[in-house]
Amino acid sequence: MSAIGIGAAVRRKEDQRFITGRGHYTDDINRPGQAAIYFIRSPHAHARIKTINKSAAAGMPGVAGIFTGTEFAQDKLGNLICGWTVLSKDGSPMKMAPHAALAAGKANHVGDAVAVVIADTLAQAKDAAEKVKVEYEVLAAVVDPAKAAANGAPLIHEVAPNNTIYNWHLGDPAATDAAFRNASHVTALEFVNNRLVPNAMEPRAALAEYDAASGSLTLWNASQNPHVARLVISAFVGMAPENKLRVVAPDVGGGFGSKIFIYPEEVVCLWAARKLNRPVKWTAERSESFITDAHGRDHVTKAQMAFDGEGKIVGLKVHTIANLGAYMSTFSSAVPTFLYATLLSGQYEIPHIYCEVDAVYTNTVPVDAYRGAGRPEAAYVVERLVEVSARELGIDPAVLREKNFVKKFPYQTSVASLYDAGDFNASLQKALQIHDYKGFAKRRRESERNGKLRGIGFASYIEACGVAPSSLVGQLGAGVGLWESAEVRVNPTGSVEVLTGCHAHGQGHETTFAQLVADRLGIAIDQVNVLHGDTDIVQFGMGTYGSRSGAVGMSAIVKALDKVEAKAKKIAAHLLEAAEADIVFKDGKFTVAGTDKSAAWGEVALGAYVAHKFPTSEIEPGLKESSFYDPTNFTFPAGCHICEVEVDPDTGEAAVVGWTAVDDFGTVVNPMIVEGQVHGGVAQGVGQALLEHTVYDDKGQLITGSYMDYAMPRADNLPDFKVDMTVTRCPSNPLGIKGCGEAGAIAAPAAVMNAVTDALGTEAIDMPATPASVWAALQRTNKLPRAA
Amino acid sequence: MYAFTFHRPQTLRQAVGLLAKNEEAKLLAGGHTLLPTMKLRLAGPPQLVDLSLVDGLSGIELRGRSLSIGAMTRHNDVNTSPVVHEAIPALAKLAGLIGDPAVRHMGTIGGSIANNDPNADYPAACLGLGATIITNKRRIKADDFFTGMFSTALEPAEIITKVSFPIPKKAAYQKFKNQASRFALVGVFVSKRGSDIRLAVTGAGANGVFRVPSFEEALKTRFSPKSLEGMSIPADGMNSDIHGSAEYRAHLVGVLARRAVAEAIGK
Ligand SMILES: Cc1cc2nc3c(=O)[nH]c(=O)nc-3n(C[C@H](O)[C@H](O)[C@H](O)COP(=O)(O)OP(=O)(O)OC[C@H]3O[C@@H](n4cnc5c(N)ncnc54)[C@H](O)[C@@H]3O)c2cc1C
Repeated sequence: MSAIGIGAAVRRKEDQRFITGRGHYTDDINRPGQAAIYFIRSPHAHARIKTINKSAAAGMPGVAGIFTGTEFAQDKLGNLICGWTVLSKDGSPMKMAPHAALAAGKANHVGDAVAVVIADTLAQAKDAAEKVKVEYEVLAAVVDPAKAAANGAPLIHEVAPNNTIYNWHLGDPAATDAAFRNASHVTALEFVNNRLVPNAMEPRAALAEYDAASGSLTLWNASQNPHVARLVISAFVGMAPENKLRVVAPDVGGGFGSKIFIYPEEVVCLWAARKLNRPVKWTAERSESFITDAHGRDHVTKAQMAFDGEGKIVGLKVHTIANLGAYMSTFSSAVPTFLYATLLSGQYEIPHIYCEVDAVYTNTVPVDAYRGAGRPEAAYVVERLVEVSARELGIDPAVLREKNFVKKFPYQTSVASLYDAGDFNASLQKALQIHDYKGFAKRRRESERNGKLRGIGFASYIEACGVAPSSLVGQLGAGVGLWESAEVRVNPTGSVEVLTGCHAHGQGHETTFAQLVADRLGIAIDQVNVLHGDTDIVQFGMGTYGSRSGAVGMSAIVKALDKVEAKAKKIAAHLLEAAEADIVFKDGKFTVAGTDKSAAWGEVALGAYVAHKFPTSEIEPGLKESSFYDPTNFTFPAGCHICEVEVDPDTGEAAVVGWTAVDDFGTVVNPMIVEGQVHGGVAQGVGQALLEHTVYDDKGQLITGSYMDYAMPRADNLPDFKVDMTVTRCPSNPLGIKGCGEAGAIAAPAAVMNAVTDALGTEAIDMPATPASVWAALQRTNKLPRAA
Repeated sequence: MYAFTFHRPQTLRQAVGLLAKNEEAKLLAGGHTLLPTMKLRLAGPPQLVDLSLVDGLSGIELRGRSLSIGAMTRHNDVNTSPVVHEAIPALAKLAGLIGDPAVRHMGTIGGSIANNDPNADYPAACLGLGATIITNKRRIKADDFFTGMFSTALEPAEIITKVSFPIPKKAAYQKFKNQASRFALVGVFVSKRGSDIRLAVTGAGANGVFRVPSFEEALKTRFSPKSLEGMSIPADGMNSDIHGSAEYRAHLVGVLARRAVAEAIGK
């Protein structure tokens, strides 16, 4: 391993800029003549828009324009779309309701935008907005997914009777039923996977500018995938042809999925900028983020796991109601189906699995992918069931897991996923040892002596990353391919620009991608610039989510580097007057095998551009290559997390007091960055399990609409993590990378809740296990520390 | 935020004059309650009277058997003051439990008690120590000052200048934080000064900070957590919301009261 290459803990190049406040985000950009836009949003969850009277506002100081949903509709632009078609059991397509960027006729959730005011300053826009009179007829609302499909529930969209988007399923119901009939033990659980608000540090933002001379539009946008944004806004919304629309995603301060999607605000900014021939900027305020950023999770699930007399799992049945909110967001349909049910085999051999998913509309903020997207929900189902089964069967939870692990690879699960490589027991055993599992009983006694209840919980999770093989996702209904692109552009002096279709918003690509390139070419890391996030600079690409940038994005860079090296060898052969086959490239030097004749990387790069020494009829001048890499399979990161909690029975507070994570991410490019991703992921998972509570009242008002009521995890909510790895290479990509971005958030909720329920001695508690709910659970069980 | 006129008086008299002249004017201290509500357009005072340049409003002083803290004294200054640590360590600790460093460097004791947020910390200390709130007009006993959530005995154009805390023999504050806001879900301040025992609760009550006479009586017999064993307060009148039921809050009052007494006697 070199000091900068794959496996080296190189310091992040981007941190200097970020930590010293020199990042450059969408809101930092200002254009001449720029106006501010303010969105007037429905205060009701479900209401008919009767009239909008803007006369009192129109003449207010600074006002440049006031537009309603009706006016937006007159321009006949297309709707926002969900780009992944899911079919119901009966073969009928999902019921995608129209989603206009500005609601006309009816508002379907609190925060649904019904009009906009554009003015010289934001304060003026807000002043005028207060004078816009919107008259609503308030309708009954439904927010609980379990009640959305019931007879008599308020109907949100005409196209979706019973508010049902699809009734989907996967697996063989008859064979699964048969397995259950022959089972000797069945564990049944019901749970809610709580709705989460994403809370990226940088709120969403959009700045749109129209250039009348060229007829083209530019959108600066806090986006995880600017090319996809351009494609959707061009091809589906019809805002402008793709070549007349540039989308730039500059520094982006966190996404966690919420900035994948194409939202109304960017569409309206573009529309208004052209209409007024003036740049228009919007930056969400935090309270707007709460009611407009696509939320995550929100499942209500009933699940059963069946065992034979030897403690082997023989079957799994899952029924989930997934709340997709008021509209179908960009990838929402795939999250509770293909990203969820396909992972229900967990790390185990489960011969028969049957999963049904009913997706429903409710009068809430749309729900879409959020760190882990479907996989945390699946891991929660499987790992809670396994843990509770172990308790019911009286088997050590580690032993029950080991007994059921998939041990031979490749392994075809009964829910479509084909696990290519792994060693699940290796992660488990290493975690048990690092965590001092044997010492738990003693630690528990110590806690009890101090009047506390202690619990331990496991999560042997698996996930599917590296999204994704294009033809496979095409068969599953995706509207796009999920390959990734790269261009490696060598400059005459030997420095390099790498253009990637991935997008970094906290992941550290500027460092890790540069590590790969610098190491391969034998140049300094500073000589490599990673460019991303501008459709005018970078070739088409699919962006960053689903832990795909290492496995897919870096693979594309490898392929492009292969081509660069091949061409550079040809040129070196001419420079060194040797046969191409004799050229060896190592440590930044081209050598003629068996001689001391060599040319440095920089000489060959210059030679490529000077083009004096080779026949340009055979070899084109220049040194720049690109690649579009399509993966052949998903990747399957997996691992074992162990959580230990201590519960104060007097206050109900559950403190996480120990955490061990042993993950198998395949090849690790930068262990420091990977460890950071694990920390962050676990923090988010602990947040879901103990703190983050999204509460709507029955009228559809978001009760937890600010940090006064919505608890984010903070450093003092978390213990010191013990993070380690086991490594099995991913066989399907050239670097052997599996991906690490979501693992912590996938493993943590189940690990925490297994620990909390172990401490409490009851399974009847949902996330988040807040002090109040833990205390209430203890009132029901009357469990007290033994020594107390 | 709505537009407003900003005044920066140099003396208390000028400040009072500005308030008297402009009925809807608001005093600005640390701004950590007032400014967020103005930014959200929930408040729109046409005039702001900033107290930061007014002489003599901040500072900490030991005067005989009481500790006097100027209204504009920042939470951080109370938290780190050797004088407070010496005289009433529980008060220094309380100030350090408020918000985060940014809040503690801006927020003031005068602003906090004038605001009387039902989940704020200082009101518990004022009531739990039997403080006197001193204004430009008069001296008000803490028992008479806090009159319900977000309401106080302050009259129009009345400015808190300082708070005077009698120095107790023993005192402690126990705060159980709301996980989201980290204000007090329930906070209990207990003190003992001769035979005077006070136990005040913030966060729990639907009507703001309150004392618990039954607990105080029990502690008069013996100032020990044992005296409170098995005692509780009724859930009636407790706040109930997504962070905790009235029963839970009532229960926490008992738990935190016992812990506070234990801390006060150094156990
Ligand atoms: C993120 C955050 C976390 C917080 N956490 C906590 C916490 O954990 N515990 C807690 O107790 N508080 C907390 N606070 C509130 C904080 O302590 C405030 O600073 C305090 O409540 C108000 O003090 P201020 O000096 O900022 O007052 P301002 O906001 O300036 O004023 C508040 C009100 O008091 C009036 N006022 C101010 N000074 C005087 C005076 N001398 N005489 C008469 N009226 C006056 C003002 O007109 C205004 O109506 C938090 C605040 C924030 C923003």
